[in-house]
Amino acid sequence: MSALVQLVGVSKTFGDAAAVHAVDLSVERGKTTVLIGPSGCGKSTLLRLIIGLLGPDSGEIQFDGTQLRPDKIDIVRHRAGYVIQEGGLFPHLTARGNILLMARHLHRPENEMRARLSELRALTRFPENLLDRYPLELSGGQRQRVSLMRALMLSPELLLLDEPLGALDPLVRAALQKDLKEIFARLRQTALLVTHDLAEAAYLGDEIVLMNEGRIVQQGSLSDLRDKPTSNFVSEFINAQRSLAVL
Amino acid sequence: MRRIRKTGKQETFIRIVLFICVPAFLIFFSGSLRAAPVFIGSKKFTESYVLGEIAKRSLIDAGISVEHRQGMGGTIILWEALRSGQIDVYPEYTGTITQEILKRTDQLNFEQIASELGKVGIGVTEPLGFNNTYALVMSRSRAEKLGLRTVSDLRNHPELKFGLTHEFLDRQDGWRPLAQDYQLNPRSVIGIDHALGYAALTNGSIDVKDAYSTDAKISENDLVVLEDDHHFFPQYKAVLLFRYALPAPTITVLRKLEGTIDEAKMVRLNAEAERTKNYTRAAGLYFEPATTSTRLRQGYGAASNATSTTWTAGENFSHKLARWTLRHLELAGSSLLLSVLVGIPLGIWASRGGATGHVILGFAGVVQTIPSLALLALLVPLPFFGISVRTAIAALFLYGLLPIVRNTATGLQDIPRGLRESAIALGLSSTARLWQIHLPMASRSILGGIKTSAVINVGTATLAALIGAGGLGEPILSGLNLNDHATILQGAIPAAVLALLVQSLFDLLDRVLIPKGLRL
Repeated sequence: MSALVQLVGVSKTFGDAAAVHAVDLSVERGKTTVLIGPSGCGKSTLLRLIIGLLGPDSGEIQFDGTQLRPDKIDIVRHRAGYVIQEGGLFPHLTARGNILLMARHLHRPENEMRARLSELRALTRFPENLLDRYPLELSGGQRQRVSLMRALMLSPELLLLDEPLGALDPLVRAALQKDLKEIFARLRQTALLVTHDLAEAAYLGDEIVLMNEGRIVQQGSLSDLRDKPTSNFVSEFINAQRSLAVL
Repeated sequence: MRRIRKTGKQETFIRIVLFICVPAFLIFFSGSLRAAPVFIGSKKFTESYVLGEIAKRSLIDAGISVEHRQGMGGTIILWEALRSGQIDVYPEYTGTITQEILKRTDQLNFEQIASELGKVGIGVTEPLGFNNTYALVMSRSRAEKLGLRTVSDLRNHPELKFGLTHEFLDRQDGWRPLAQDYQLNPRSVIGIDHALGYAALTNGSIDVKDAYSTDAKISENDLVVLEDDHHFFPQYKAVLLFRYALPAPTITVLRKLEGTIDEAKMVRLNAEAERTKNYTRAAGLYFEPATTSTRLRQGYGAASNATSTTWTAGENFSHKLARWTLRHLELAGSSLLLSVLVGIPLGIWASRGGATGHVILGFAGVVQTIPSLALLALLVPLPFFGISVRTAIAALFLYGLLPIVRNTATGLQDIPRGLRESAIALGLSSTARLWQIHLPMASRSILGGIKTSAVINVGTATLAALIGAGGLGEPILSGLNLNDHATILQGAIPAAVLALLVQSLFDLLDRVLIPKGLRL
């Protein structure tokens, strides 16, 4: 199967600092690719480049075989979902309002929306009676479930998640990790997830991409990274994660 | 007909205030110990300064030591100072003596005035010559073109626009009885600030205004005084009041000034004083040989404050209040609407930052720093504006702009980046992002700005009365000019109530317009 998203020599500079430097990356269809690395390594920037919040200084990003262009970016956005750490829910809209926002904007048929919503609600185990609550009335975990539903509403081919579980406490986080894994599997979802937690990466990811200082350092499965590190940084990064012990 | 009289309580209050204030003023102005020199006092306006300086120079020329305490205040302060011996001499007007000092409502002749004052040990010179009372003035060219010479001539020209000071509009010897007496029925009569009125005469926004007959502006602006052919206006002949206790030679010198200053001369002296801001120099002109004389007719100088307010028109108070309030709301409301319609788009523009954003916020900020009165004065000479409701609304609109622009901009800029980007990443069009995400999220801040503007506008709209736009400022201005608390409160209390109502209205609007999710 071909890659859904293909990055070729993509670079992005903020001021003097190179945030992303000559990155080549393939996001395979139906798989979960995890970007991992220390803070500031460029993993979030890569996500923002793919969804068009940033434009690359050089290089090329292809989505389903077509090169991304600023004037065509909305087409990609309608085919991709994006979840950020704090959920990114709009506080003036209810959970339902947030989830349906884009579908309503595109004037999707009402019954189609209703069906999709109840599907997603089941998938994310979100209680129906909470749908009319505002984000401020929901817990952190509930908010992330809503955010996930919003991202999945239009059945996107690509799901981008930027540390979606980063702000949650460990128990909620574990529950959501489990649910995410199930959801990805059920939907055979192509996902690109950013995290700094190796355990999470190992649990959710089919492919782990380790980044440092704007470059991809090594790509593969956890065992590839653990057993065949390509540099000292890889071993150090792997060893620094205490949760390695349980793996 | 409705009369507003001071109640007993008010009178007591005013007495107490005077009881406290007058001695305080006197102590402040009197310095330490009374020495030998003659002390001359003057009121706080040009003509009084000049007359004080003339008296001073005369006494000095006669070898008498003298001191001039300039601009001590109004009638009551000067009079009390004279009676208590803090000053020995000051210039006064016959009409003011009758009404305010002797508290008489009838007209007294000069002998009656002199004898009444004599009872309390105060002497009065014969009139100095000129009569400074109210007068109606027009631009010379306009008056000549229409062949207008007297107030009676105005009767045939109801199309002429009258711009009158608020004091004149409300005085018992002011506009209404005058109009009745002369049977004038002009189509347009507005209240306007005295100084702005001259500008309005010059640019043709108004045709006729009231003035003091010795006002320097009459010669400066090439105006003519319309003859008071019915002798409607009371006499305000200038005299010097002095203490009988003064030495005879001093009194003799003061009496030499009697009958030596006619209207034309006084206008000239006032003009010189206002031009040079040097009262001594202006007074010096008096001592130069007399030159030409004059086209001036009647004039007078009700330059001081009259304390009684009598409403002689047929309009009752509640009707008036309704008229003021409606106009006030009209001014504040329409200017606010404009501020909102222009301010929010500007705020949205400014929120995008960059040079334009700085320019917009900078402009709105600068407008806010211009004193409201100055802003009105700046707009009046502009062709489109002039003396009109338009000008008032434009000024209020400009004032209301900053809070709305700034709050809109900050409200939008305060939306967290994550939410902004989420909206973009969802693929919402920029219009949808603005209307469905950004504006609702900034609604609290935007409404806060609108509320601030509304309260500012309701307050500032009182100034609109200065340029004849009416509103609750009308009674406030009249009251200030007449030194009449009751009249001031007639405007001030409703204005304050209105501001509170506006405030609560917006608190209610908050609940309707700010999305529930933001109020949790």
